[in-house]
Formats: sequence, structure tokens, C-alpha cells
Amino acid sequence: MLDLNTVREQDLIVEPTHFTERLKPYAKTNDWFNWKGYMACNTFECEGKEYAAIRSGTGVFDICPMSKYDITGPDAMEYLNRIMTRDIAKLNVDRVTYVIWCDDNGYIQDDGTLFRLSENHYRLCSYEHAMDWLMNCAEGFDVEIKDTTRDIAALAVQGPTSFGVLEAMGLEGLENLKPFGIMRVPFKSGEIMISRTGFTGDLGYELWTTPDLAGDMFDELFEAGRLRALKPMGAIALDLARIEAGFVQAGVDFLTSEHVIRTGRQRTPLELDMEWLVDFNKPLFNGRKALLKQKEEGPRYRFVKLDVEGNKPAHNSFIFNKGKQVGTVTSAAWCPTAKTNVAFAMLEWPYGRDTDNLEAEIYFQRELGWTKVMAKCKPMKGPAFDPARKRATPPSRI
Amino acid sequence: MTKQYDAIIIGAGHNGLTCAAYLAKAGKKVVVLEARDTVGGMASTSEFAPGFKVSNGAQYATMLNTQVMRDLGISLEYAAKDLPTVVINPDGNNLRMSGDTVSGNLSDSDKAQFSEFKAHTRKFAKVLSGALKVRPPKVVEGDWHDKINLMKLGLKMRLLGTDDMRDLMRIATINLYDVLNERFDNGQLKAAMSLDGIYGNHLAPRSPNTVLNYLYRRTGDLHGFNDPALVKGGMGKVGEAFAEAAKKAGVEIRTGAKVASINVHAEVASGVTLENGDVIEAKAIVSGADPKTTFQKLVGARNIEAGFVRRIRNFRAKGNVAKLQVALKDLPKFAGVDAKDAGGRLVITGDMDYVERAFNHAKYGEYSEKPVLDINIPSVHDDSLAPAGKHVMTVLVQYAPYELRAGWDENKETFKSIVMDLIETHAPGFKDLVEHSELLTPADLEAEFGVHGGHWHHGELTLNQFLMTRPVPTATQYSTPVDNLYLASAGTHPGGGVSGLCGHNAAKQILRTKGV
Ligand SMILES: Cc1cc2nc3c(=O)[nH]c(=O)nc-3n(C[C@H](O)[C@H](O)[C@H](O)COP(=O)(O)OP(=O)(O)OC[C@H]3O[C@@H](n4cnc5c(N)ncnc54)[C@H](O)[C@@H]3O)c2cc1C
Repeated sequence: MLDLNTVREQDLIVEPTHFTERLKPYAKTNDWFNWKGYMACNTFECEGKEYAAIRSGTGVFDICPMSKYDITGPDAMEYLNRIMTRDIAKLNVDRVTYVIWCDDNGYIQDDGTLFRLSENHYRLCSYEHAMDWLMNCAEGFDVEIKDTTRDIAALAVQGPTSFGVLEAMGLEGLENLKPFGIMRVPFKSGEIMISRTGFTGDLGYELWTTPDLAGDMFDELFEAGRLRALKPMGAIALDLARIEAGFVQAGVDFLTSEHVIRTGRQRTPLELDMEWLVDFNKPLFNGRKALLKQKEEGPRYRFVKLDVEGNKPAHNSFIFNKGKQVGTVTSAAWCPTAKTNVAFAMLEWPYGRDTDNLEAEIYFQRELGWTKVMAKCKPMKGPAFDPARKRATPPSRI
Repeated sequence: MTKQYDAIIIGAGHNGLTCAAYLAKAGKKVVVLEARDTVGGMASTSEFAPGFKVSNGAQYATMLNTQVMRDLGISLEYAAKDLPTVVINPDGNNLRMSGDTVSGNLSDSDKAQFSEFKAHTRKFAKVLSGALKVRPPKVVEGDWHDKINLMKLGLKMRLLGTDDMRDLMRIATINLYDVLNERFDNGQLKAAMSLDGIYGNHLAPRSPNTVLNYLYRRTGDLHGFNDPALVKGGMGKVGEAFAEAAKKAGVEIRTGAKVASINVHAEVASGVTLENGDVIEAKAIVSGADPKTTFQKLVGARNIEAGFVRRIRNFRAKGNVAKLQVALKDLPKFAGVDAKDAGGRLVITGDMDYVERAFNHAKYGEYSEKPVLDINIPSVHDDSLAPAGKHVMTVLVQYAPYELRAGWDENKETFKSIVMDLIETHAPGFKDLVEHSELLTPADLEAEFGVHGGHWHHGELTLNQFLMTRPVPTATQYSTPVDNLYLASAGTHPGGGVSGLCGHNAAKQILRTKGV
């Protein structure tokens, strides 16, 4: 496999991952991009087919580039509890939870997933590089923080046939694994850790192993997936799937606070419809005081997921309320499976209070002929796509 | 639940005591909890050898605020006022500065410029001083008090007239090295003047912020301390006088009562726990201990939000001044210093490059091989400090970095001999007179006075830690991110020196706060 030491010697700005060599033959469009310093594909062949794999077969996504930090030590839980807005004490061993964390102003610094691997061992996966902040938060706590991004080879395996694929691959005992659960299965000379997690809103898993087993894991997975419509997927297909599933994307739907320069461009959890992730019963977490104040005074923005009339995606649209411009769209897509034209929008307070009369101003063109439509928008209660198979345990064996 | 006290003041430093006194005068029930067995904090006198007493923290009265003294009814007995500053040399070819005049072997131009410069900078000090005695204005979210304070500052600057205002704005951001070079020729004169701009800070004449510190020192001129004064009985008497004033106002003072922790839940302070386990509660907890000690030790990093922890961590507070105290059999004879100046402020500085070179060592965690000394023999004016016929000497020694890379334990004696030898070259026979001597490094001062880094100002007095950013943003105007917890020490606006202003401003602000 890939020898990261030689890579380092080459002094590359963008590095291959543990799977890049394996993925290259699939990357027919050769459409690579820089994901936090690592090579990732926008598309392999055709984003439509890749999206279809997620929803009716299995899509495989290389998540090696995702920033990963292992936090260990007797104070790990209390340390994380001061960082995260959720109550981390409630996270049991071998469970995963979605987390956001804020700075002292209550502005969201980032979101990610937190894995509790054992009593005093957690793994945080984040969008941004988080080492600096994690170290900043460590004063007074007996914890060790290690950037393990390079030390872990990980693949997201997502879609209705993913369970069948993994079973065919010989990973046993998966049928009892509940959403957000973690289990470990022996593999070759080591093991694969499997979590029932993902960013597609579908049945899906993430496989984690050591770099030395990356090649074997990839090969056996793809072999097992041959008859189950398994394909590597790129970031474009994944983006469509996450919008359909109602997931916000850091850097798109909100900016991470340390990367914002202009005042007022940060967002708080209350402004992103994420109050459910904030546990005000905890006596202390970063941003608590500021968020309590905002709760009292009212937010500046309101985040809504909209069902937009028609089938033209409301990319970058302005949102109007009775003729007054009240907000903008941050993510938009025509979602093929849900057959819904979804837009995530940031509305300015107080206009955002009334969501009965929203319209998106959509521009689109056909061969340089531009058209503008004002499309009615209805706020959605839940995600556009939320299949029962996402939760079914045991999952279907197809 | 009713609290035992309206306010707990942690630390009986003169600022804590000042704050306590003002609060009590306003009818509040106040207790001061002091770790040491004596009051006054670094305004302290200690008997370091049998019969020999010396101010072991602050050395001179230079900043005492007349309004605070008047309000609290404090009057001090001075052993000497208007101490001359004599720049001493082994050959006795000295300079003598007193008030706004300088004499010695220097040009007429230097002599004229000296008076001119002192008067000129005093005008600026007047502008600054208006801003020192009120809470620092918040710029972004300030209320009408802040706007008025800002306007006053602006107006005072405007009233300087165009030329002076321009000059203030020009020199405030450059350094003393350049400013003094513009006006003066004599190297030693410049160096001696520059000392007022570097004291207690990690600064040398070429550093930015030296003009600010020089002007800060000049604000003392407005209270009668154009030159330093010696308090009879040493600076400990200042501490005692502030304590008396506080007691008279109804404050209860407990010494030997070290606070182990400030009790904080959900970012609200309810009281303190003493080292002996006693819990005392109050509506307001006011820390007269330095900001780093307050948050890192007493509140604890785990009990506050991480951004603030980072700010406090980055608050620069590493002392650079050591103190030498010497018990002497007799009065040493410094070349060219006559009897009337023997109890003056005797400085060994070389020129500004000498000072700058002395500082270079400190940058790299080393002590100065050729240090800058500020020597005083207070017993010349005050016979209560030493047995009859004998004397005490106290010396401010720069630079002695708090974190000596090679370790103070191993190197303190070597550094002490460097200092003693340097004095010997200016006063031959000095060493034979020594009965006892000790050097207090910033690490020792930290241990002695409970001040982080042994820092003169509880934290560098530089523009980024000044006014509304002192000690750090979000802990400005004497309040902190922890509800009911306030700051009142030299680590707050305006800064260090024995003036009482931090305690005064803090009390005014606390009294303005609802619920205290
Ligand atoms: C070497 C040196 C020389 C100086 N020379 C001069 C000078 O010549 N002129 C001048 O004006 N200034 C001088 N200064 C500066 C001046 O001494 C200080 O700025 C000033 O004394 C600070 O006063 P304060 O009340 O803010 O704090 P401090 O005097 O430091 O008082 C803080 C008090 O809090 C107490 N405390 C800390 N922790 C606890 C706890 N946990 N529980 C209870 N109590 C606690 C301490 O024991 C102390 O009594 C000098 C400083 C130094 C270090």
C-alpha cells in the first residue's frame, strides 16, 4: 500500500489517502479535489450513478481525509463535556453521537461525530482541523489529545445493500448493530471497527481500520459488493444525499467561527435550528452564557428547510416574504428519491418568524436563455428523505 | 438564602483594602481574606535580619493617589520626600536629577531639555490620568458612562492644542529610545530617564510601550511624586494605613486566611473556600489577587469557558525585577555622592544601550550580566529600619526573568554576587560592611506575595493589556465572565504601583452593579 513516509518526503501539499491507489482505476473523470490536504474525488464516473448507488445499492466514500482526534485520559469525558453543547455523560461506550461545539460567544466552531471507544477513550471527527482548539481547551484536564487522521483508514459504506455487502465480506454480528452503535470484528492480522453511522440518511456503516489493512479491506469490500451494486461515490453525490437527508454542511450552511473574518457572519446553534443539541442543564460548556443570553434576547437568524415549488433548484436564491427580501439559500437540490425540491435557507430575524408566505427567487438558464421564477416555499417538518431502512435492526439482507 | 457578607475581598493588598473600604463606606458588609499574616500585599516591610527592616516589595511611594487617600482619610508619615536620583559612576562623575532640574557634567541644552521634557510629558500625564481614575470605557457596547469617559479623554487631548496632541499621538506609539534621542545628548541621562518607562515590565528603552509606561509613572507627579518618597517605617506602613482605613469603615480583615478556591457553579460565584475548609459566602466576590492566580488557581480552568481560559493563559505576567536587600554595619560610601544624597535614589544604568543589552539576556531567559540597579538606603532617613548606626539597603535589580532558563535555585547566588560586585565597584568597601544579604527573584516574590510571576503590575503594562483590554477582553470594567466575581488588583485598569486606583475604580463599578 501507500507509504506515507515517501509521500511526506515528496513534500506534497495535497496528499493521497490510504485508498487513493485503489480508487484511481475508478476515477474515470479524474476529478480530484483538495479535502483538507488530502485527495478526494468529486465524481468517479457520473454523479447521478453514484447517487443512485447510495439510494439503491451501496456507495463507498473515502473518509480518510476527515479530521480525527483521539482523546484519552481520566478527564476525557469532563473535558469533552466542557467543549460540546450536548451532555457527553450520556454517551455510552461503543456509541456515537452527532455534536456541535461553540466558542465563548456561542458561535458554532464546528460540527462532527463523537465516538466513545471505551470508558476513557473518545474519537472526534470534525470538519475543520481542530487540534489547536482541542489543545486550547485542555488546560486543567488530565487528557491526551492525538491527531489520528493519518493513522486510520476509513470508508463510509452507505446504501440499502450495505448490510448485505458487509455480511458477504464476512463481517459477522452486524445484524444487531443499531444506528450509532459501534462494534469490532477481527480482520486479517487486526480488526475492523464498524460504526452504523454516515452522512447519507440511509442504511449505512463506516469501517475503520489500521493503514496496513486498508488495501485488504478495500479489496474484500469491493469483491463482496460486485453483485450488490457497490460503487465508489464522490463528494457531489454525497452532497445531494445529505441535502435530501436534511443534514447541514459546515462551511456551506454555516461557517465555522474561527474562519469568519467579518463580524456577524458566525452562527449560533439557536440560529441553525440546533437547540436540540444544546443542553442548558449542563452547568458549563463553551458558549453557554452567550447562548442563554441569546435565548432570552432572540436569535438574529432562523434556519429553515424548505420544500420549494417546482423542480428548479433554488441555488443561492434570495428568499422573499411578501415582496421583502428576508434571507438566502445556503444549500439547494432537486432530490430524486424524495422527489422534493429542497432548499436550506437562512432567514433574518424577525422576518423569519412568519414562514407562511416565503418565496424563492430562482434563476435558471437553458442555452443562455435566462428565466426567473418566484417559487413558493413551504417549511418542512423533517428531512425530505427518512426511510425506515435507516433504522431497521436487523437490516434487510438485499 | 441570605449571605453572610455583601462582599468578600480576596487579598489584603492595598488595592483589595481600598476596594473594601469604599464598599464598606457605602454601607456594605465586607470581609477581607488575606493569605499572609500581614496586610498590604507588596506594600510591605519585612524584618529580614534581626533589627533590619526593609520594604521588600514596592520600594518607593511614587503613585499614591491623593483622592483615594483623602476619601479614605489616610495620611502617611514620610521619612523623606522628593528623593533626588543620582546616576552614579565609579569615578564619581555623577548626574543628579531632582524635580525638573538636572545637574552634572552635561550640556546646557540637556539641562534645558530636561525641564522642558518633564513639563511636556506631565501635560500628557494629565490627559492620561483622567482615564486612570475611572473604569475603562468599553468601545463597542459601552453605555453613556463610557461615552462620557471617552469624550472626556478625547476632549482633554483636544485641549492640549494641535501641536501637543499631535506629539502625544506620535510618541505614544514609538519608544523612549527614539523620543529621548530626539532631545538629549548625554547617554547616562537618557538611560536614567528611561528607567521610568521600563520598570517592572518586560521592556527596554527600544521596546514599544515604554512611552506609555513613562507617562504612567509621570501621573504620579500630579500627586506630589515628581520624585520618589520614602514612607516612614517602609511601605508596610502604607499597607497598614490602608488596612486601618478599611477597618474604620467597618471592614473585617482576616489574615492567615488563604483562599483555596472561589466557588463557582454554572459560571456564578457564590463564595470562597479557605484552605482550612471554611466556606464563606457573599453576594460579590472581589479578587485582589492577580488575574492569573484568580482564574488559574482559585476559579480553576475547568470551571470557565475555554476561550477565556486561553485569554488568561496568554495574559503576560512574568516578572523581570529582582530585589536585593542588604543589612549593613555602616553607611557605604558611593563615589561622588555627598551626605545629603546618601539616602537618595542611586542608579547604575550606563547608557541606553547598556540597558538594552541588559534586557537582551532577559529575552533569552538569562539574567543580565551587567544589570541595571536602583539603589536606596532608606535608613539614612528613617532610623526605625536598622539598629543605631547601622543601615539597610534595598535594590531594584533588572533584569531577572521569572523563568530563568538555567534555573534560579542553581544560579541565584551567582547573580547575587554579580550585583554585589557591581555595587562594590561604585562603593569600594561596600562588601566588607555587609552583615546579611538576600536576593529575591521574581520566583521568590511570587512565593512571598502570592503574585503570579512576581510581577510588579500583576501583568505587563502594555497597550494590549491596558484600558479596556486590561487584564483581558471580556474581563474588563472589573467584572468577569463569572457572575458575582470581580477583579480589583493591579492586574486591572489602570495597573500596578501603589496608587489605590484599581481598588477605587473596582468599588465604584461594583456599587453600580445591581444586586450587590
Ligand atoms: C520588586 C518590586 C518593586 C516595586 N516597586 C514599586 C515602587 O517602588 N513603587 C510603587 O508604587 N510600586 C512598586 N511596585 C509595584 C507595587 O508593589 C504593586 O503594583 C502593588 O503593590 C500591587 O498592589 P495590589 O493590591 O494590587 O496587589 P498585591 O499587593 O500583590 O496584593 C495581593 C494580595 O493578595 C493576596 N493573595 C493572593 N492570593 C491569595 C489567596 N489565595 N488568598 C488570600 N489572599 C491572597 C496576597 O497575599 C497579597 O497580599 C513594585 C513591585 C515589585 C514586585
